[in-house]
Amino acid sequence: MPFALLKYGLSSEYPVEVDLPAPKDLKSAYDVVIIGGGGHGLATAYYLAKYHGITNIAVLEKAYLGGGNTARNTAVIRSNYLTSEGVRFYAESVKMFKNLSNEFDFNIMYSERGQLTLAHTDATVRAFRQRAEVNKHFGGRTEMIDRQQIRELVPTLNLDPGHLPVLAGLWHIDGATARHDAVAWGYAKQAAKRGVEIHQLTEVQDFVVEHGKVTAVKTNRGTIQCGCVVQAVAGTSSLLMNKLGIRAPIHSYPLQAMVTQPFKPFLDPLVSSSALHCYVQQTSRGEIVFGGGSDPYPLYNTRSTLDLKESLLAAAIEMFPFMANAKLMRQWAGTTDMTPDYSPIMGRSPLDNYYLDAGWGTWGFKATPICGWTMAELVASGGQPPALIKPFALERFSTFRQVNEMGATAASH
Amino acid sequence: MKIMPCPLNGPRNISEFTYGGELNAMPDSATCTDAEWADYVFNCENRVGVVTEWWMHNASSYWFLAERHTGSDEILRTFDPKEVFTQRVDFHAPAQEVRS
Ligand SMILES: Cc1cc2nc3c(=O)[nH]c(=O)nc-3n(C[C@H](O)[C@H](O)[C@H](O)COP(=O)(O)OP(=O)(O)OC[C@H]3O[C@@H](n4cnc5c(N)ncnc54)[C@H](O)[C@@H]3O)c2cc1C
Repeated sequence: MPFALLKYGLSSEYPVEVDLPAPKDLKSAYDVVIIGGGGHGLATAYYLAKYHGITNIAVLEKAYLGGGNTARNTAVIRSNYLTSEGVRFYAESVKMFKNLSNEFDFNIMYSERGQLTLAHTDATVRAFRQRAEVNKHFGGRTEMIDRQQIRELVPTLNLDPGHLPVLAGLWHIDGATARHDAVAWGYAKQAAKRGVEIHQLTEVQDFVVEHGKVTAVKTNRGTIQCGCVVQAVAGTSSLLMNKLGIRAPIHSYPLQAMVTQPFKPFLDPLVSSSALHCYVQQTSRGEIVFGGGSDPYPLYNTRSTLDLKESLLAAAIEMFPFMANAKLMRQWAGTTDMTPDYSPIMGRSPLDNYYLDAGWGTWGFKATPICGWTMAELVASGGQPPALIKPFALERFSTFRQVNEMGATAASH
Repeated sequence: MKIMPCPLNGPRNISEFTYGGELNAMPDSATCTDAEWADYVFNCENRVGVVTEWWMHNASSYWFLAERHTGSDEILRTFDPKEVFTQRVDFHAPAQEVRS
């Protein structure tokens, strides 16, 4: 037995590992201020510290770490989008996710189970063929499968729901889930280790702008000077952008999800149907998670509604009729910042040193590592957007160059 | 079910309606710049507070305006667009033949 272990076993006080150092006072100035302590903000801080040697960073979080959409999502990770811009970007993120547990020395419970999307119409079958080819082209693993193969993958699935018989499936072998709060905490811990300061209960309330630059941010704990600012606040993106007069096509919609009592394992892949606006997956604890489309109109609120429960569960029961007797355990919602083309807004803003990571809507968890990596590049280079995020610039709306992922994101995950 | 008080059809379930976006002044498409038009088409305020919005009752295709609080979801008032649009709105962009 190693001596250290023996000593540890016999000691009367076990050394407690500290995830985050105790909060300190805010300094008067930082090189980089990151607004939002969700996965995206924390990942940006981590890669800045790790690859660019920039550590005079404050991550400001108005509530608690990972209390936003990072820990409200249904944790679907995939790259089977439609456009080449999108697929290239998400495929890179999936690759990074696979190594994240090693990188953190902390288990994020990455679980590659494959994602099955169902086509109920000929038009969807055609779109699936395209998505399969684009995905393969960029190194993803995706293929079309028929009803028999679907039956073998998911024997409990009803292949003839009501008026919408299943015609074919898009089988995305790379589809996965991970423990979302572990991702936030992994980044936080590793960033803090490298000297990044993470301040919870610190809300950015306003800005000081001089000569087209943000020179300071005003918080509930005082004003701090900043070299540059990254905003990564998901659902409330517009509220900060409005303070700076940055116009953007973002609408904030609630997105609801729910989970049942635990069952014995019966469902390995993630199953999704865009025609039924529903996706279903079983967690490692046996619970079944249901998610679907956003609420029908914008709202800054995380309440749950009976309407959505009824429509979502009706679809879920069409897919898995035996679930009709399942009991719901929990329900929740997050506010999601939706863009018209279902792609994010990343890169520069009209202000010189203010960088945007917004418009992540209902699909941004899977992009957490690549967002952190590319935003760090953007900041470290003083505003040169890396090729991967160039297509997602805010200007694309005024130049009419949208990156339309609607068809690949409509079931919202 | 949340109830929407429709100026034409009275109180109905909100699932009978479609949200149509914030009420914004439309620039003149014949004279405005591309940037102004893109701003009108895409951008929005997305504020928290009482916002005037377009809504449509699906079954009757009736468009009206609603003042709704985007944080509490309270609907304060709904009214016919003629309160705001006292004159007919015409689109000035001349129709052009598309040649390919
Ligand atoms: C129900 C649901 C299911 C989803 N399912 C999936 C899925 O399966 N797969 C997927 O890829 N994506 C999914 N998403 C989307 C995903 O969760 C988000 O896109 C992603 O988590 C955004 O990460 P973030 O770090 O940008 O935001 P967040 O985690 O929301 O972090 C932003 C933080 O900013 C803080 N903040 C806001 N304003 C201020 C301020 N003024 N000052 C300081 N701090 C501030 C907030 O408190 C918050 O903690 C889902 C979302 C929801 C709601």
